[in-house]
Amino acid sequence: MKSADFFQEQIRWRPIEIAFWIATLLPFVVAPAYLQLASQIAITALFALSLDLILGYAGIVSLGHAAYFGVGAYTAGLLAKHAWGEPLSGLVVAGALAGMVGYLTSHIIVRFRHLALIMLTLGLGLLLHEAANSASALTGGADGLQGVRIRPLFEVFKFDLYGRTAYAYSLVVLFACFLVSRRIIHSPFGLALRGIRENALRMPAIGAPSRAHLRKVYTIAALIAGVAGALLAQTTETVSLEVLSFGRSADVLVILILGGAGRLYGGLLGAIIYMVARDQFSGINPQYWYFWIGLLLVTVVMLLPNGILGGLAKFFPRKT
Amino acid sequence: MLSLVMLAGSASAQQTVRIGLIMPYSGQFADTATQMDNAIKLYVKQNGDTVAGHKLEFIRKDTGGIAPDVAKRLAQELVVRDKVDVLAGFVLTPNALAAADVSAEARKFMVVMNAATSIITTKSPYMARTSLTTPQLNETFGAWAASKGGLKKVYTMVSDYGPGHDAEQAFQRGFKQAGGEVIGAVRFPVANPDFAAFVQRAKDQSPEGIYAWVPGGAQPAALGKALAERGIDPKRTRILGQGELTEEEARKSMGDTAIGIITAYHYDASHDSKLNRDFVKAFNDAYGRNPNIYSIGGWDGMHLIYAVLKASGGKTDGEALIGAAKGMQWESPRGPVSIDPETRDIVQTVYIRRVEKVGGELKNVEFDKVENVKDPVKARMPK
Amino acid sequence: MLGSFVGVVFDGLAYGMLLFLLSVGLSVTLGMMNFVNLAHCSFAMIGGYVTVTLTNSLGWPFLATLPMAFLAAAAASVVLERTLYRRLYRAGELDQCLFTIGVVFISVAVAAYFYGTVQQPIDTPSYLRGSITFIGVNFAAYRLFLIVVALLVTAILVFSLEYTRFGAQVRAAVDNQRMARGLGIDVDRAFAVTFALGGGLAGLGGALAIEIVGLDHAFAFTYLVYVLIVVAVGGLGSIGGSFVAAAVLGVSDMAGKYYFPWLGAFLIYLVMVGILMWRPAGLFGKRH
Repeated sequence: MKSADFFQEQIRWRPIEIAFWIATLLPFVVAPAYLQLASQIAITALFALSLDLILGYAGIVSLGHAAYFGVGAYTAGLLAKHAWGEPLSGLVVAGALAGMVGYLTSHIIVRFRHLALIMLTLGLGLLLHEAANSASALTGGADGLQGVRIRPLFEVFKFDLYGRTAYAYSLVVLFACFLVSRRIIHSPFGLALRGIRENALRMPAIGAPSRAHLRKVYTIAALIAGVAGALLAQTTETVSLEVLSFGRSADVLVILILGGAGRLYGGLLGAIIYMVARDQFSGINPQYWYFWIGLLLVTVVMLLPNGILGGLAKFFPRKT
Repeated sequence: MLSLVMLAGSASAQQTVRIGLIMPYSGQFADTATQMDNAIKLYVKQNGDTVAGHKLEFIRKDTGGIAPDVAKRLAQELVVRDKVDVLAGFVLTPNALAAADVSAEARKFMVVMNAATSIITTKSPYMARTSLTTPQLNETFGAWAASKGGLKKVYTMVSDYGPGHDAEQAFQRGFKQAGGEVIGAVRFPVANPDFAAFVQRAKDQSPEGIYAWVPGGAQPAALGKALAERGIDPKRTRILGQGELTEEEARKSMGDTAIGIITAYHYDASHDSKLNRDFVKAFNDAYGRNPNIYSIGGWDGMHLIYAVLKASGGKTDGEALIGAAKGMQWESPRGPVSIDPETRDIVQTVYIRRVEKVGGELKNVEFDKVENVKDPVKARMPK
Repeated sequence: MLGSFVGVVFDGLAYGMLLFLLSVGLSVTLGMMNFVNLAHCSFAMIGGYVTVTLTNSLGWPFLATLPMAFLAAAAASVVLERTLYRRLYRAGELDQCLFTIGVVFISVAVAAYFYGTVQQPIDTPSYLRGSITFIGVNFAAYRLFLIVVALLVTAILVFSLEYTRFGAQVRAAVDNQRMARGLGIDVDRAFAVTFALGGGLAGLGGALAIEIVGLDHAFAFTYLVYVLIVVAVGGLGSIGGSFVAAAVLGVSDMAGKYYFPWLGAFLIYLVMVGILMWRPAGLFGKRH
């Protein structure tokens, strides 16, 4: 098979994928009272997708990915508070800034592996969180950023109580970033990344400059995470220190592993399942829902190794 | 005409009033929600779940901690999906601020039962608060300390985040305005497991008095013990703090080293009034522990909801309820309270207490008070 | 001047010793078995709650509860390891992560259910309260106690590792599992015992921690980050590494807060990032 054919084959849309994306439109029709939740699921899915790029495809385990999410959120929030409230341009600026921070930190990150890498990402995330707390004059500190007001999208669609605009906006942005990620993965660059993930030592031997590749994907992942953060800030008109917290980094990691890393849809599936489960469990049992979520995680690992998609792949082997 | 009114009356008798409770039922702040919810349940048990012909229904939602995006979404869902008439609860400031937007947009009556930052009530004209504000306590305390308290110089130590900064600012302002001098100040990291270094710094200054502010939970006891370890004796160096410093679990952990610590607070389970004694007894019978400030915030919040429903003549829209809330006065287990008609915030008595051993047990004994305290920050804001 | 410096170092050392007890088990099991056990602090929590229950409800003296805290946590570790964890030794790190986080969630909910969400008060005996003044410096009695206990534990650990046959087996299993098996060493038994020991020490640490940092249902989450920091900085599989890392982190945290309070929380993370950038495998870690 020629290399061009290989990529052609990879990039073709499978029917189940098309069905998935059509299904994302269902909430508008069957569950209109749940659109705010759907919007936050879409945002989390986007965040998980960005983590998948570095973890699932490039093998960089990060416990501090919320740093870029937070940079995006605060940028969008501060822009709306002090400059202008137009959402789309805010999204672009936030993504760009987050990407830049990602690029700068990537120079440190890509030089390390194993536990040191995990702890460095954790440390950098925690430092940023502390810094945001200290700079409370800018960030609003523990009380959060006040006065974030977003203009209606295209000056027509208001971000209201019902969440229609919020969900449509988040979904479209998610889809767009998904297309971009898909393109990256199914390209020679993406293949090189997977090679690096498998065996970082050998890659330079076949001419793939691993560090440069890793910095590139890290920057892109940071940018997309920043876009997700900006979406949250814009659709909820709130930003607080929590967007930079270790809790958020840990949550997205759990979500990605749950869904199955390295499978493009793992983050999306994980986000849907985790957040719906959490919403339902905490509605039924506000005090002890943790127990049921823990049970869910434990069960999934026992029955479906490599996440839900990974486990399912065993039952539906891909035809190569 | 009369029959029409009666028909309307009986139709509304069928109407349920739904109250959405948004609190951190899980996570590190879970205990605050437990105590608040306990008081709410007790109030309903004692007063019945029917008010002014309406049956009450409660829907509980968990924010998991500080999560304003979640709090806002839950508030929106409660309004849109569950069609609540009242939004209540709110232990944490960022969550209250986020939900305030929903209250304002949907014009729903909102009762804040704990979150203590001043500006919260300015975010929605349909919001009332039944707990406290940090400046209300601490500015009053600072002023008291420098005047009747007889303290001339103080060293302040607070947690390095919003509420801590608010407390520091308020206390120092009150203290300085009453003629006192702040000789030094330090801030501890929020997630601070060990206070030893900071207490040592304070000790190096040999201050006449130390004012400390930490959030409730594990920190008060840890700070108290650190003070004792360093040999700072409350009988020689005055130790002042907001009531969390000597809350029940902290007193138990500190033991006799807590004797002499002076705190300012708006409620204590040992407050000597018949209403409070009955309240504490009922709370203990039902839940096996004493009520605390989260409980009283919830209790008075429920009282306010019941009172406005009765006063509004059966109407449940935001305008009617907040209209009825403004100026409402009542006797609470904590003392006399009222809702300020201008700011919709609580006006109450600030008690000055000292830890003493009473009948073999450590208690916060009230020995002074400042009555009818309004939130000073909003009082200074231009109208 | 010197007095306060000595005081700060002493306090920092005591705090470090607490971190050491909490972390040494994780360092050894992670280094030895490559098993990511994020539920390590749940064992610490078990130890803490055992001590609280024994002293508050059953009136046991504090010191007597410490061995019980150790044993309870060790027993829980063994049970968990034999039933659930051993199926995951072959699983990927990410799966182990997810699984053990699930265990943490469950343990936090269970703790909240049985003990409530409230801070657990602890009644330490009077001879452990207050402080001793020596050469003009205040030495808190409880912190002295902590240091003594930690040094004792370290001595026992190092002695058994260096001078007993079992210790030699454990060291062999850490260095090269396959070879060790090939030599007929019962590696599984070495794993189980080491795991139990690590969990037990965490339980002891949890019980001792109550007086300094408190105990509530969320403890398993709250201290996970600090424990991971000590393990990473010390180097996997190294007792000495954990000891030095915990001491360094404890002292620098305390010294930072005393001399540069505006740096506050930053310092411990900066120290970690700095050390890891200089020595990625940790201070005493082995380069694989």
